[in-house]
Amino acid sequence: MTVYKFKTPISEEDARKLKVNDVLYVTGTIVTARDQAHKRALDFFKQGKPLPIDLTGLAVFHCGPVVSKDGDKWTAIAAGPTTSTRMDIFEDEFIKNFKVRVIIGKGGMGKKTTDAMAKHGAVYGAFTGGAAILAARAIKKVRGVEWLDLGTPEALWIFEVEEFGPLAVAIDSHGNNIFMDVQKKVEENKQKIYQKLGLTP
Amino acid sequence: MEKAKIVETVAFNILKQAVIYLPEDVKQALEKAYAEETSETGKTQLKAILDNIELAEKHQAPVCQDTGTIIFYVKAGAEAEGLDKIEEALVNATRRATKEVPLRPNAVDPFTGKNSGDNTGRNIPYVNWEIVDGEDVELTVMTKGGGSENVCIGGMLVPGEGIKGLKKFVVDAVIKAGAKPCPPNILGIAIGGGADISMKLAKKALMKPLNEPNSDPEIAKLEKEIFEAANMTGIGPMGLGGKTTVLGVHIDYAYRHPASFPAAVAFNCWAARRASARIHANGTVEYLTHKLKW
Repeated sequence: MTVYKFKTPISEEDARKLKVNDVLYVTGTIVTARDQAHKRALDFFKQGKPLPIDLTGLAVFHCGPVVSKDGDKWTAIAAGPTTSTRMDIFEDEFIKNFKVRVIIGKGGMGKKTTDAMAKHGAVYGAFTGGAAILAARAIKKVRGVEWLDLGTPEALWIFEVEEFGPLAVAIDSHGNNIFMDVQKKVEENKQKIYQKLGLTP
Repeated sequence: MEKAKIVETVAFNILKQAVIYLPEDVKQALEKAYAEETSETGKTQLKAILDNIELAEKHQAPVCQDTGTIIFYVKAGAEAEGLDKIEEALVNATRRATKEVPLRPNAVDPFTGKNSGDNTGRNIPYVNWEIVDGEDVELTVMTKGGGSENVCIGGMLVPGEGIKGLKKFVVDAVIKAGAKPCPPNILGIAIGGGADISMKLAKKALMKPLNEPNSDPEIAKLEKEIFEAANMTGIGPMGLGGKTTVLGVHIDYAYRHPASFPAAVAFNCWAARRASARIHANGTVEYLTHKLKW
């Protein structure tokens, strides 16, 4: 386990240094995107329209924050991760088209995303689900918000962060995926549990 | 103060308490899990959870950004006055809490996808009513996040398989849910009644304190057995592996139709938020789960 501290924009070379079980802290710009924002971003790409912010080398955060507005100034009050598996249907295209280097979320992602990360050089950093204040404390500034018409949870929030983490590198760019490994072990354990409870599969 | 105004203030207060402060029994269970977890990654997750709980209290901010769908349980004394004004007061309290705590607006029109922006909409906040003796009104709020809600499951089991069928149903549900409901989780399980009744009872069971096993020793034994089985899965904190997958299991039931065996499993995340208060007929208020801290 090695601890890395990266500043955005992160290069492909740096992203490829990370291995599963490493710990990562990100400083710089992270952008939130959930289901609707992923969908719209990919639609924009198809139509050849630029995104409101260039995501190259940045970290994308699966998060719908609690925010408050004082005059023109937004503050992130609570900003933990949302379940990433919902974004599995978009993420391979997203990584390929927008060249993001870190996906931050909770719950892990599947084979398609793992393959895309290996191919294009990106990692998945698991942030503790529900640890919303830990996350919010690392957000130094809300730089902007786009696509607010999607509602505050689904909008693109652009955060300036300092040592955002700890992120457990759970999928690296070498085809490793902790969540898939745990799933395999759980399947093995399932047989033991069935046996203990006197159940037939 | 008029009754509706008291209800509104109390509902606002318990909403604020619930989203900022976890109940003591949940905190204790998480501390115990942290002390006992052997997986290194699992331990780091539990540490982040405990740090986050402390920070939320210190900064008076919601413990999780997903402040959930807001559900109230009202135990209304049959002799209490102003019951017809309670639902309106709960809606007003929800709007105020959304703005002032603040809460994340989580009420979306399922047809248009439009967010109402204030956590209210058709049937939301949802109010579960129960009529009891006396003049008091007891309000409980549960704010439950989407992650744990998305893996709740109801099923119609085979009566001939009995409780064995239930055990398999629950183990399979926990394994299928995996990392998604932010483990360690609390499981509310209910059987019988009907498809709707078992799910309602399962969800309600999530509000029982973790240190209160079922008063029926046979059911308490089953709770323990399922608790141990779920923690054998190895899913662990946040699904990153470890021996803490659930913090507790509560089981409830209703009698069933001879041909039916409805079963439901409701999941709660570690941020198991709930708060209650009792309003007496003379307008005095007793906060039952949290001491007012502001």
